Amino acid sequence: MNTAIGRPVDRVDSQAKVTGGARYTAEISLPGLTYAAVVGARIPSGRVEAVDASRALAAGGVLAVLTHENLPEIAGQPHLLPSLLGAAAPGQSFFPMQDAAVHYAGQPVALVVAESHEQAQYAASLVDVTYRREPSITSIDEGRDRVYEAQRLFGGLMPGRDERGDVETALAEAPVRIEAGYRFAANHHNALEPPATTAVWQDGRLTLYDSTMGIRATQLTVAHLLGLPLSHVRVITHFVGGGFGSKAMTWPHVTLAAMAARHVGRPVRLALTRAQTYTSNGHREEQEQSISLGATRDGRLTAIRHHKLSITSRFDDWAEPATGVSSQLYDVEHYEGVHSLIQGNTMTPTFTRGPGETLGVFTLETAMDELAYELGVDPVELRLRNHAGADPRGNPWSSDGLAECLRLGAERFGWHGRDPRPRARRDGDWLIGTGMAAAAYPVAFFMPEQRARARVYEDGSAVVQTGTQEFGTGVLTVATQVAADALGLPLESVRFEAGDTDLPNTSAAVGSAGAGMVSAAVHAAATALRDRLVAMAVADAASPLHGADPAAVDVADGRMRLRDRPGTGESYADLMIRHRLADTEAVGSWTPPPLDTPHGLLTFGAQFAEVAVDPDLGLVRVRRMVGVFAPGRVLNPKLARSQLVGGMVWGLSQALLEGNEMDTRHGRWGASNLGEYLVPVNADIPEITVEFVEVEDDVVPLGIKGVGEIGQVGAAAAVANAVFHATGRRLRRLPLAAELVMDPPASS
Amino acid sequence: MGIDLTAEAASRHQAPTVRGPSEEPVVLTINGTHHTVGLEPRVSLLDALRDRLGLTGSKKGCDQGTCGACTVWVDGRRVLACLTLAIACEGRQVTTIEGLAADGEPHPMQRAFVEHDAFQCGYCTPGQIMSAIALIEEGNAETDEDIAEFMSGNICRCAAYPGIRQAIKDVRDARERP
Repeated sequence: MNTAIGRPVDRVDSQAKVTGGARYTAEISLPGLTYAAVVGARIPSGRVEAVDASRALAAGGVLAVLTHENLPEIAGQPHLLPSLLGAAAPGQSFFPMQDAAVHYAGQPVALVVAESHEQAQYAASLVDVTYRREPSITSIDEGRDRVYEAQRLFGGLMPGRDERGDVETALAEAPVRIEAGYRFAANHHNALEPPATTAVWQDGRLTLYDSTMGIRATQLTVAHLLGLPLSHVRVITHFVGGGFGSKAMTWPHVTLAAMAARHVGRPVRLALTRAQTYTSNGHREEQEQSISLGATRDGRLTAIRHHKLSITSRFDDWAEPATGVSSQLYDVEHYEGVHSLIQGNTMTPTFTRGPGETLGVFTLETAMDELAYELGVDPVELRLRNHAGADPRGNPWSSDGLAECLRLGAERFGWHGRDPRPRARRDGDWLIGTGMAAAAYPVAFFMPEQRARARVYEDGSAVVQTGTQEFGTGVLTVATQVAADALGLPLESVRFEAGDTDLPNTSAAVGSAGAGMVSAAVHAAATALRDRLVAMAVADAASPLHGADPAAVDVADGRMRLRDRPGTGESYADLMIRHRLADTEAVGSWTPPPLDTPHGLLTFGAQFAEVAVDPDLGLVRVRRMVGVFAPGRVLNPKLARSQLVGGMVWGLSQALLEGNEMDTRHGRWGASNLGEYLVPVNADIPEITVEFVEVEDDVVPLGIKGVGEIGQVGAAAAVANAVFHATGRRLRRLPLAAELVMDPPASS
Repeated sequence: MGIDLTAEAASRHQAPTVRGPSEEPVVLTINGTHHTVGLEPRVSLLDALRDRLGLTGSKKGCDQGTCGACTVWVDGRRVLACLTLAIACEGRQVTTIEGLAADGEPHPMQRAFVEHDAFQCGYCTPGQIMSAIALIEEGNAETDEDIAEFMSGNICRCAAYPGIRQAIKDVRDARERP
């Protein structure tokens, strides 16, 4: 039993992906397909005074030019809500082209539809838009006189402030205090597949092929915005070329594609350009964080104050929440976490891998490194000394593992015997440093009921279905493994089908919750089907299992048998043929535990990094990384390892490479392509070691806590702490660009 | 990684032939098969493959030569199909990911990518594989550093870089000990 779960099997979609056979959204070919191109606003604030579409309309192949003057009004207003909740999930509470107002650069102001991609792109360049520019705020520096404290975050889901005890007094009385502030540049997801949508109408019903992390979210959102019954909107997505949060919400271009298709009466494909992705699917907002730690001389934390200031859009109080880990990870009596905002002329920022906590943990864990130096305590020991045994409400962790991660990581990395003195190790021109950080990420339980269906055929093979989508997490593979074990079938006999809202629904796969919730639903459906077949067998006088206690029956290789007398039994196939059942099926569902479950819910890990720094050139090269994680049950270590490595690379990248500056004169991003917005390439990435610490967890679904975010959390802090160890200089902003890292000129 | 057409074009034509701007027949040889397609001269090789020929294995990640997802071979050399005009490929041999498997048998590099889980979302994978095979042919896979450096034109946002390197090393080493 349990032969598939936990095995490092290859991805079930690997052949499709290495042969070019996997079809992504912009590759769906349909008869009569037309092509749309978006014209984005060139100003960050103001109005569209006039649109002259005459030259565009006269260009070859052009079918329509839509603007605020001829696009129909939407039927329902968008209200930002995270897609995990299973309701309409627009990425922002604003829909473009409803009037002449411009709130951010890149906001769609016109849409061109043409017979070919080239014709649409060219005609888009001919749409002549006249603007009236108004003053704009596009950076924190420009908005410092209009900061306000956020009451609620995430579309009203979470409070903006979290406090306990008396931080003011505790910090004033603390024998040791560390205070630090950081600036973080905005990040863009840059999933390699730019978002795309193809819309087809037939008889008043809409089918959307959409590059999304949540087909259900697309269905709910578009139905709401267009005033369609849910049953009239179907969303199909077979392969998604990466998400990282950019496709977690439903952005305006999706609904615009549907509106354009209705207008021209033909299928429309709308694929965003790489440049447009910088202003079309949210981003990680520019932000500042400050932290104050109070501690005793023997290294016990007494107080933490953690504040975040960031810039959001004109229409949403968005802030990625940064204090969910700093408020829980360590045993600290006095705590204050506050999120403050400035409303400016950007689109609403959004979830970006490790949302909120990845920078929150950066702030916490670099401060902890400073505290370790201040006290002369080893950084690993300082974390061990302060790790909380329960969450702030006193609820024990559903599962822990932080101490084991820290100890195993230190051992694998060779941390012990480290000379803590900064700037003490050299390798030729390079300064060598090592650093570490603890990692933790909240387990999210905001989703509604999740459903799946399982069917067994009389030949003993099975198909299992849920409306989830594959964007690289390996969900198709792990769901197949879960179904095979629950049905007692070999892996090869089970086919898992997803990517269509006509299948039983699940929520968007976000917040590291995808594998857990999909697996739980699949497990429920497969178990229900197995139980039904076993019940049929024990009730059947012709079955060798007749009269047996169903609880005494298990299934292996498609054969039901008595657990203590495996010789007695029969196959699903024999039973079904006797009952003239060509196939039989069951639906299963999983509902998350209540939000007030008496358990602390964090996933834990530990990160270690070694860097080489050239102090004259400001170059930083990461030489090796070790990450140890306790993500609960690991369904497939091969795939989980890949995702964790990916997360660690994102952390490295966040520390050293990624950041976009706003050109505030024009209110536009400085970079809008992969040549200027730096993401890691092969040569940037060292060998990376990932280890698992096993923890059992009976609160989270099937014991799965998820691996999507935890690999990234803490990685940037480990790298930055290593840069400090190498150089002896604490750098207060990310990314650690060369000009920050290089030694300042010697004063003469 | 572009194609130098100037010398050849100069020798072939005394007076330049004007083609386009409207659609006209263009003969492309893709994976050994000749295709006649109606194309405007401004159509990139990538869009011709994806939108006209149904060969969607070559991916569009940036359409401006920065990501490598569209990497194909033209006359055996790796080329960014998004920066190459389809009409400029007449008379040349274009090889795409769809043309790698000989008689349905996967190329060793395709198998090595699966074994080392050298991808997640799969979107950059065809370009990575086309580069990876070419790398060995070019002699740029001798050392680990070479592999990392010469694969740096192919971005993998899922960051499967260690697995990609391992896959290339495996295929290289298997070739060295026949």
